Amino acid sequence: MIKSNSGIRKTDVINRRMFIIGAAKVIIFAGIVARLFSLQINENKKYLTLSDKNRIREWKLPPTRGNIVDYFGNIIAGNLKVYQLHIIPEQVENFNYLLLRLKNLLDLSEKKITKIKKLKSELKPWDSIIVSENLTWSQFVKINNYLYDLVGVKPVMTISRNYPFKDVYTHVLGYVSQPNEEEILANETVQERFVPGMKIGKLGLEKRLENHLIGTNAIQRYEVNAYGKRINQLEHQKGKQGSKIRLTVDTEVQKACGELLKGKAGSISVMDIYTGDIIAMYSSPSYDPNLFLFGISQDEWQLIRNNPLKPLINKTLSGLYSPGSTIKPIVALSALENNVIDTKFKVKCTGKIELYGQTFHCWKEKGHGWVSLKNAMKQSCDTYFYEVARLLGVDRLNITAEKFGLGKKVLGEYFENEKKGLFPSTKWKKNNLDRGWVLGETLITGIGQGYIQSTPLQLCMMTAQIANGGYAIKPKIVVDNNPMTLEEAKISMLGGELHGSDKKLFKNKKNIKIVQEAIFSSTNERFGTSYRSRIDDPKYQFAGKTGTAQVKRISKRERELDLELEQIPYKDRDHALYVAYGPYINPRYALSIIVEHGGSGSKAAAPIAKKLFKLIIDRHELRKKQSNFEEISI
Amino acid sequence: MYQKDRLNNEITILQKIKNLDYILIISVALLSIISLFVMYSTDGGEVLFHTKNHFIKLAVFFPLMIFVAFFNIKFWHNFSYIIYLLIILLLVWVSFFGIKSSGSQRWMDVYLFVLQPSELMKVAIILCLAKYYHRLKIENVNSFTSIIFVLSLITIPIIFVISQPDLGTSILIALSGLIILWLGGVKFKYFMYSFITFLISLPFIISFLKPYQKLRILTFLDPDRDPLGAGYQIIQSKIAIGSGGLDGKGFLKGTQSYLDFLPEKHTDFIFTLFSEEFGFIGSVGLLILYSIIIFRIVRIGSISRSNFARLFCFGYAFAIFIYIVVNLSMVLGLLPIVGSPLPILSYGGSSMLATMIGFGIVLSAKINHKQIIA
Repeated sequence: MIKSNSGIRKTDVINRRMFIIGAAKVIIFAGIVARLFSLQINENKKYLTLSDKNRIREWKLPPTRGNIVDYFGNIIAGNLKVYQLHIIPEQVENFNYLLLRLKNLLDLSEKKITKIKKLKSELKPWDSIIVSENLTWSQFVKINNYLYDLVGVKPVMTISRNYPFKDVYTHVLGYVSQPNEEEILANETVQERFVPGMKIGKLGLEKRLENHLIGTNAIQRYEVNAYGKRINQLEHQKGKQGSKIRLTVDTEVQKACGELLKGKAGSISVMDIYTGDIIAMYSSPSYDPNLFLFGISQDEWQLIRNNPLKPLINKTLSGLYSPGSTIKPIVALSALENNVIDTKFKVKCTGKIELYGQTFHCWKEKGHGWVSLKNAMKQSCDTYFYEVARLLGVDRLNITAEKFGLGKKVLGEYFENEKKGLFPSTKWKKNNLDRGWVLGETLITGIGQGYIQSTPLQLCMMTAQIANGGYAIKPKIVVDNNPMTLEEAKISMLGGELHGSDKKLFKNKKNIKIVQEAIFSSTNERFGTSYRSRIDDPKYQFAGKTGTAQVKRISKRERELDLELEQIPYKDRDHALYVAYGPYINPRYALSIIVEHGGSGSKAAAPIAKKLFKLIIDRHELRKKQSNFEEISI
Repeated sequence: MYQKDRLNNEITILQKIKNLDYILIISVALLSIISLFVMYSTDGGEVLFHTKNHFIKLAVFFPLMIFVAFFNIKFWHNFSYIIYLLIILLLVWVSFFGIKSSGSQRWMDVYLFVLQPSELMKVAIILCLAKYYHRLKIENVNSFTSIIFVLSLITIPIIFVISQPDLGTSILIALSGLIILWLGGVKFKYFMYSFITFLISLPFIISFLKPYQKLRILTFLDPDRDPLGAGYQIIQSKIAIGSGGLDGKGFLKGTQSYLDFLPEKHTDFIFTLFSEEFGFIGSVGLLILYSIIIFRIVRIGSISRSNFARLFCFGYAFAIFIYIVVNLSMVLGLLPIVGSPLPILSYGGSSMLATMIGFGIVLSAKINHKQIIA
């Protein structure tokens, strides 16, 4: 009984203590439920966000570049579908076998194979390796045919830049290519939108207008696992294509320029004399920018780099030439404006003049006899302009020349490689060469030789501003939001005259007229230097001035030999220049032509203008209809 | 009256089946089914390695539970000490010849699966101490020698387990043992004193902890101090549970586990996956299921005539409760991370074996609840 009592007492103790524990259990479970409640109900949103942040990863895709079109809306820099070949290493069963197959199918080089192997060891197994960036259609078909045997290979279609007119616009557009680190860091927009494989503008307008053209990234959202491997694609956010840029250029004219300069080194620029629109701007020889898209091969690059005609230089903007006789209209205008000469002023040309112990030759050994301004311009008499320059002085000439755009950039900030050239003055020489001006230097400046240096585009603009009656224009290559019509341009110019703004480049309108007539005679009257290149039809009739720029000083012996062009080494031949505008009645376009080492302007450059003017004038009617065809956002 | 008792001793098989606790069996069966679904989800919605093995273990151990139930509770009483000693021997064996894995040596190969004797000790310690207090006179409960003896019984296996090293199981063994001390009637003030002593010596104990264990405690106090390293598990676990919301992301749709953000999702963090997919409602439902099981065990204990069965049931109910609390507190970020499985749900043969045997003994107590043990 005692034992049983003890057992009962013990049972009581156990039960009592169990009750206490039971209570504790309830409280603790309640605590756990409360914790669950706080995590799952109260803070659900926070953890849901964190969970999404965990599992959703965004991938940026390369943006699609905006198109560049010519004045007529033809795409001159567009986008093309390209076929690429990717390998996803983790799906490949036998990597070496696959490479061997691909090597045979695509003709891959041993170097490329090593590169792929290296990439494989660097990347994560689910990151794709780009084997070929640009498969031809036949290669793409071949790969697709053998796809069953190529496990882990993925043919991909993507978009790439394309220049349909190949070398025609290279010096205007530049090209795009893979950027290096510095180039990415240099542009904030590029830095923000850069993804591997993306290409950016390296040169020309492609580079200058990068931020307009670039477009925004498409974004793909993927569900990823804890190791960063993509599991599902969740959504695709489309990117916006970059802005479309419309240029003032006319592809037909540009193409014609390219053909006319084929095989030659040189440049042609064509400009609207009222609106400043650049119709064509061609530097020869050019090269195909498409070569740079997927990395140019060493052989092709050496071919371009070592070409003696220097295709890499944009001669229109960065080529510096002595203007030669093409400067004579400015010399004449300056002298007229400063009342140094008048139309009756005459100089006797004997073929040479001696001054301060130096002999200055006219191009015509026998001399021109007594010449007035008109005849001097027509036959490009050097002696006359020596004398005019002597009377005028270099500083007064400098003021007029700079007014007309010499020694200044024409397109301003659009092209990094544009040069501003040089028009000398006494002050300039003192400051830069630390020597006093010599009168002989004034004389050769008067015929466009010596220190004077100009770009072909400057000469084109100078001619345009003489042609439009002496008003300043602002050349442009990108069509802006409100392109001016001819009427608006003219009104703006006249308005400039009324308000005395700097649009007016002359003091006396008569002087411009005199110079224009002198230039006209040079092309359209007998004995004119470009008389042989004239067009009689008034619709196409133009006025122009030849120029022949000496590359080196002609020695006495050479002068006596009077060699034919072919007998002179290429490097020593003169540059041929021609500036012109037309039609003579109601002129609208100005051009400048330079053929490097082409010999004389009348033989090498002026005939090109004859061929070109017909086309330019014919295209004019089309161009008039085309203006304001759409809004451009830039 | 004596005759009736005598009759009770020889109840027929039919009566035994009738006497089984069906609420407990159904609850455990339900839990087993849930565990299969959850395992299926950890395998990414396919019947793979873990699901298959878990199923096989359930198929073996669930019948084992019933089998164990058919032994008279007297049998378990008689063999308690022997079972305890046997498992001590296994622990000794493991400490010499055990299989090593991820830095600890706690397993032995028994052909069918890899046995972890420390898991069995969690049940054996309750069995052993239940017998001891069943036989101890109430007057001697608070005697110095008895307390020291009981504490040694608890300490011996813990020494082996903690040297494996396995802090989580050690703590669970200690708590399982101490609860019997409490139920047996050891004075409250002794618990108070030892708790205070424990708190005072805590800095000293911490200095004895392994570096990774210290790191776990630091990480618990501030999981964000190293979010990709030590704090990763607890942060990801909280994200998974918190993002589950009221009704969860849906079966097989738990992104955290599916995308491998959850560590140890098959074992210690199984509740995280469950809670992510079934939300607050599912989690509370699971807790209710566990509560029913615990309540049933307590109830069987309270109708048992013998104090042995009573002590075992109460002790085992508390042990199950402690397993759940330690595991959930860990995944909910309420306690530092100590390895401790969730009964039945977590993948792991030894834990399931021990749990099922425990349930089996409880069922045996139910069948023989009128049994008096001298």
